[in-house]
Amino acid sequence: MAVDFDAYETVVGLEVHAQLLTQSKLFCGDSTAFGSEPNTQVSPITLAHPGTLPKMNKKAIEFAIKMGLACHCEIVKENYFARKNYFYPDLPKGYQLSQHTTPICKGGYLTIKINDQEKNICLNRIHIEEDAGKSLHDVDPEYTSIDFNRAGVPLIEIVSEPDIRSGDEASAYLTELRKLVRYLEICDGNMEEGSLRCDANVSVRKRGEQKLGTKAEIKNLNSIRNVKRAIEFESRRMMEMLAQGLEITQQTRSFDADSGTTFSIRDKEDAEDYRYFPDPDLTKFSLTDEFIENIRKTIPVLQKERIKKYTSEYQLSYYDASLLTEEKKFSDYFEQMINNLPPPLDGARGRPFKPAANWMLGPVRSWLNDNNLEIDEFPLAPTKIAGIIELIEEGKLSFSVASSKLFHEIIKSPKSDPGKIAEQKNWMQDSDTDHIENLIDQVLNKFPEKVKEYKKGKKGLIGLFVGEVMKLSKGKADPKITNDILSEKLNS
Amino acid sequence: MEVNDALVDKLAQLARLKFEASEKEEIKNDLQKMIAFVEKLNELDTTGVEPLLHMTDEVNVLREDEVMGSITRESALKNAPLHDEKFFKVPKVIKPPVPLKGELKSESSSVNSEQNLK
Repeated sequence: MAVDFDAYETVVGLEVHAQLLTQSKLFCGDSTAFGSEPNTQVSPITLAHPGTLPKMNKKAIEFAIKMGLACHCEIVKENYFARKNYFYPDLPKGYQLSQHTTPICKGGYLTIKINDQEKNICLNRIHIEEDAGKSLHDVDPEYTSIDFNRAGVPLIEIVSEPDIRSGDEASAYLTELRKLVRYLEICDGNMEEGSLRCDANVSVRKRGEQKLGTKAEIKNLNSIRNVKRAIEFESRRMMEMLAQGLEITQQTRSFDADSGTTFSIRDKEDAEDYRYFPDPDLTKFSLTDEFIENIRKTIPVLQKERIKKYTSEYQLSYYDASLLTEEKKFSDYFEQMINNLPPPLDGARGRPFKPAANWMLGPVRSWLNDNNLEIDEFPLAPTKIAGIIELIEEGKLSFSVASSKLFHEIIKSPKSDPGKIAEQKNWMQDSDTDHIENLIDQVLNKFPEKVKEYKKGKKGLIGLFVGEVMKLSKGKADPKITNDILSEKLNS
Repeated sequence: MEVNDALVDKLAQLARLKFEASEKEEIKNDLQKMIAFVEKLNELDTTGVEPLLHMTDEVNVLREDEVMGSITRESALKNAPLHDEKFFKVPKVIKPPVPLKGELKSESSSVNSEQNLK
């Protein structure tokens, strides 16, 4: 039957778990490093041995507040942890320590851009909790194998209000959230490795209706694309059900990435009773204004402000500015380069911001892509690229030689001076006017017919002369000087 | 509050415990006494009294973010009833999904650990 999908509206709220980039776990000193041998980052506290006492990691609190401040949340000053009681083999204590009932950050919002329009997605809360261990079902045919390395790793859960209206908005929200945690350097944002995980609460309702429909909670969403796919599939499924007059029951569903569909894993009837109560082993923690303000000072300039600066101060296009600021480290590198650029040679031109942007988005980015590396693994210091740009700006080097030869040569010995390499390799441009004039004379004498044609008005022939001079100079004649002298001679 | 069979069954389910019928009677009695004792406390007027969450007045017992205190894998696994040289072992907690009416329905309450993290 034909369903009028436009008669309905999709309503989504997202719950995002972000693993915090602390060195040690939330309540004990085990390392949080990813990918270590199973059960090598465990202590008696992680394993919940009797008589052990958890102790809170200060950094985790700082990171949660940093996120809260960046999302314009109210920071709650008096905090404690509660126990969320349930049984599962990867949860050694039989309860998870969580701030589920009393979050450290309340309210706030995240601004997304959708169809060139800004929209604020309101947050319900951000709270701190500990991660569980990992259950592996496929390493042993008879048993489930448990690795407790991840048990106790600090997480923040960022819970949005049901303000999201489509898969595209969900995807924009997650992209923005991922960018933010990476800018703040509190989470690496890697969804495949599970350091950023998302559950989607999806419901639908007739357009114009104020009441929320019955929701399904969708789990197992391991990429931004899959979040979008799952929401689109689930909302259509629900709209079809409503159109057929069927009742939607509250469910927990899982997304199957292969088929792009969702399936039920739990009905509301078997909803768990978690019996939250305050944890008596941990003390309360109380935040002062000073503590919070000191964290505020550690928040870097975020993308939106950087774009504003790049487009106004550096005169870059919005497109270039957003690409340059996508990742904080990439943008930081660019800014260090900018600070090392030569001041304008003559009053007529500003600093070479556009060439600097082109180097970042051209040779640097392609090299990183080719080598599958991040900017903090890039061998060259920003001063080196600034040095190359300076040589080009001074007319000593052509961009094509610089990007195709010098750039790759200096990467092999990152400490060396770009100017010296160019000298040694004989790549420097020839800007000796006497020498260039001599070459030009040779060319003009070689093509007397062409000179006549030019003088009769075939001005396009200038390209041929320039080309010939370049050939004679083995590509090193300064093109600007060559052009100037040529024009002068031909037009006299 | 009346302690009936349904309540005992629910508590037993939450605590993953199993009782014989005779044990259940005994437990019902004990529980009834405990609840009566706690209900007695309810007679006090606690208007305006903040709930006491902790037995100590200490706040902000925090640690710096430093890696320390892990034990060897060998000693971590030593006390486990079931383990190999790398992992703790537990009975399989996942059953293969059974297709039902064009939809996959999993028999187990959870497909992986993430799903229990609310």
